[in-house]
Amino acid sequence: MRGLWKLIGVQMKLYLREPTATFFTIAFAPMCLLIFGTIYGNKPEAFFGGRGMVDISVPSYIAMIVISVGFMGIPIATAASREAGVLRRFRMTPLNPAAYILSNISSYYVMTAVGVAALVLVGKAVYGMKFQGNVLSVWAGFTLGSLAFFSLGYLVASIASTARIAQAIGMIAAFPMMFLSGSAIPLEVLPHSVRNVSRFIPLTHVVTLMRGLWAGESWLKHQTEAAVLGGVLVAGIILSARFFRWE
Amino acid sequence: MTAIAVDHLHKSYGDVRAVDGVTFEVKTAEIFGMVGPNGAGKTTTIECLEGLRRPEKGRMSVLGLDPRRQGYELRERIGVQLQESSLPDRLKVDEAMGLFAAFYRRSADSKALLEQLGLAEKSGAAFSKLSGGQKQRLFIALALINDPEIVFLDELTTGLDPQARRAMWDLVKGVRDRGKTVFLTTHYMEEAEELCDRVAIIDHGKIVALDTPRNLVASLQAENRIVFSVEGTVDLAPFRAIQGVTHVEHSGGRIIIFGREDGLLVRVVTALDSAKIRFRDLRTEQPNLEDVFLALTGKEMRD
Repeated sequence: MRGLWKLIGVQMKLYLREPTATFFTIAFAPMCLLIFGTIYGNKPEAFFGGRGMVDISVPSYIAMIVISVGFMGIPIATAASREAGVLRRFRMTPLNPAAYILSNISSYYVMTAVGVAALVLVGKAVYGMKFQGNVLSVWAGFTLGSLAFFSLGYLVASIASTARIAQAIGMIAAFPMMFLSGSAIPLEVLPHSVRNVSRFIPLTHVVTLMRGLWAGESWLKHQTEAAVLGGVLVAGIILSARFFRWE
Repeated sequence: MTAIAVDHLHKSYGDVRAVDGVTFEVKTAEIFGMVGPNGAGKTTTIECLEGLRRPEKGRMSVLGLDPRRQGYELRERIGVQLQESSLPDRLKVDEAMGLFAAFYRRSADSKALLEQLGLAEKSGAAFSKLSGGQKQRLFIALALINDPEIVFLDELTTGLDPQARRAMWDLVKGVRDRGKTVFLTTHYMEEAEELCDRVAIIDHGKIVALDTPRNLVASLQAENRIVFSVEGTVDLAPFRAIQGVTHVEHSGGRIIIFGREDGLLVRVVTALDSAKIRFRDLRTEQPNLEDVFLALTGKEMRD
């Protein structure tokens, strides 16, 4: 694992030098929060179980950050690196391929976490957002959800033969999921027919888990979400390990 | 000492036999070149040796290691410049050097390498901002970052201007003079002749000749040519009478005198002078690897 830390540092620097990726990871969700917060405010509503729009949006938007990194950031960047021959060059060093992937995931994880922190900060500072959960428990939920979606991102990168195809698959999969999962629009607002579809979208489980943990619910109440996301993570790892190509 | 040994290597892509039973050895501290037209099997051979491709048949030993099974150990000790590869667009030159140095147990002085390759003032530049030649030089620097025992260079001067190409040759010779082995491929015959201690000429996946460039050319037993242009008609008989001239051709105002002996040029010029023949564009042409390739394969070797 020689060079692993150095590579993680370099990967993060490179991430920050990509304005689009940085914007969507760190600035987009807080920006949405400011826009919708300005429109709707954060008054407690019976409809949302006594919480305000911002109180429920923050945990939901975490899912939005997770999917934009997992389905757009990772597949496009990974397929583009492969297409250009960057992965090939790294393969010619004694660096373990697993170390390369690990450094990649670490930098995405850290950047996603920074995005979540920015979102929470805006929620707290601007809207006095309520948080009734346990920080460690929420962090664990975020970690499970993000890693599950990252693994799917690598799977998309493995299947797509070019960066353009990876982009197309990522976008087509990400946008409907964003809107149907309750991450962009609260599930309560969606009609029943749509919510029946939502149940089958993996991202919905991230939203439900995050909102639950945020409100202080225990993991025991969210065994379904934990099982689904755990399953997605394991399947994603196995399948992307099986289909990942260096060139 | 043998640095690389290859025995009956075979690699096909579908029906195409890219490498078809190639056998050779590379000695320690020599520059060994594999020359041939595009698609001859050079890159496939070099990529098998680097462990990037798996041959179907044959044996390979690089520094006594099997590239297929001992890839990690091997990569620690070799340096590789690939024909097609890239770095992240926004990675800076000095960051690339520092990063790659961190992957190896041993590392060379990265500042000195950049200096040597004329990249010192580009050390803060992003990869995407480099010119083709600068990118190429950066890849050579990265191939040398671990102070490797063998350097593999696949088409190292493609995309370089003539001046940069000469500088690159000097650099590669310097690497060899420090006791390193260099395995390179090229489709420039001139490069092979100028740079390589030994050359394997490869065509359609097979080695058709392997020797020093000098021996390969000598084996042709070809004649030197003296070529010049004249105006009007010229009596060729005096030229045919010159000692050492084997034959003379005259076509379209150009006279080509074929011969083998030393001192031929002086005698031809003397003959021109005493016959008061006005001539232009006189030059001599020695047989070179290009002719060897033509003689062996029956076709011209063109870019």
